[in-house]
Amino acid sequence: MTKTLSLPYLAVAAVSGLIFGFGLYISQMVDPLKVLHFLDFTAIPTGGWDPSLAFVMGSALIVMFVAVRIGKLRQAPLFDTSFHEPEFNRIDLPLVAGAALFGVGWGMSGICPGPAISLIAFWPSNLLIYLLALFVGSYGGSFIIPSGRDKRLAVAQ
Amino acid sequence: MEHFSPLSAALGGALIGLSAALLWLGNGRIAGISGIFGQLLPPARTVVWRLVFLASLVLGTFLASLLFPALGNAPQLVAPPTWFGGGMPLWIAIAGLLTGFGTKIGNGCTSGHGVCGLARLSNRSFVAVGVFFGVAILTVAITGIV
Repeated sequence: MTKTLSLPYLAVAAVSGLIFGFGLYISQMVDPLKVLHFLDFTAIPTGGWDPSLAFVMGSALIVMFVAVRIGKLRQAPLFDTSFHEPEFNRIDLPLVAGAALFGVGWGMSGICPGPAISLIAFWPSNLLIYLLALFVGSYGGSFIIPSGRDKRLAVAQ
Repeated sequence: MEHFSPLSAALGGALIGLSAALLWLGNGRIAGISGIFGQLLPPARTVVWRLVFLASLVLGTFLASLLFPALGNAPQLVAPPTWFGGGMPLWIAIAGLLTGFGTKIGNGCTSGHGVCGLARLSNRSFVAVGVFFGVAILTVAITGIV
């Protein structure tokens, strides 16, 4: 596991996180109200709807789509032996139920996990309850549906 | 469309894509924040890079607000919206619980499914994105929070 502690590996994580933060700020998706103005389809008839989030997703997808194609031409990423692609492909109830519950949480707050973390830069104390609940919810979920990594760990033990 | 900001949205989105591309081609990891965050908990094995990524995410957001205040929406970020202001702790706790639990059992959020999963043409991600966008839109229509 020492490769994940190597300097290039951690540098990639740092630069990637940094760029992600720039992207969230510049796209204005750190602002819960901005996100809610996209999700508020009831404002479409009155002209108050803000389609910006679609442009964020669109351009992010184009860049990542090219990266995935480049990845397919290579056997492995630069600093690890293989791509950590999710191995589970079936559409099941936990996927649909989980996405639905997340949709409720997102619509209630205007933030998803990315902005929830990056908003620590602006009003950390106001996020305390939300982040604690996020942590507890995520931990609770891990008892119901272990991720691929956890399953592999269980098999190994 | 008073709030519409297509240029900063597209530029910011491209940066998010670039971040995901770098993490994928460099370390073979999916830049899904709920996954990076959620697997910090036991039986986590690779904790350090996740903490480095999340700390850099906060730092990047802060630096961007200093360097390019006009591109983002710094004024709106000075104060939290009312429901984060302290008067609705239960509302916020439920939203956090649902988001944490939902993204865990659904294996991803807006970044993991919405950017990385769709770019990988994952069937699961197409379903997840359709469901969480649909339900979020319905939730906002019902609560009338904005």
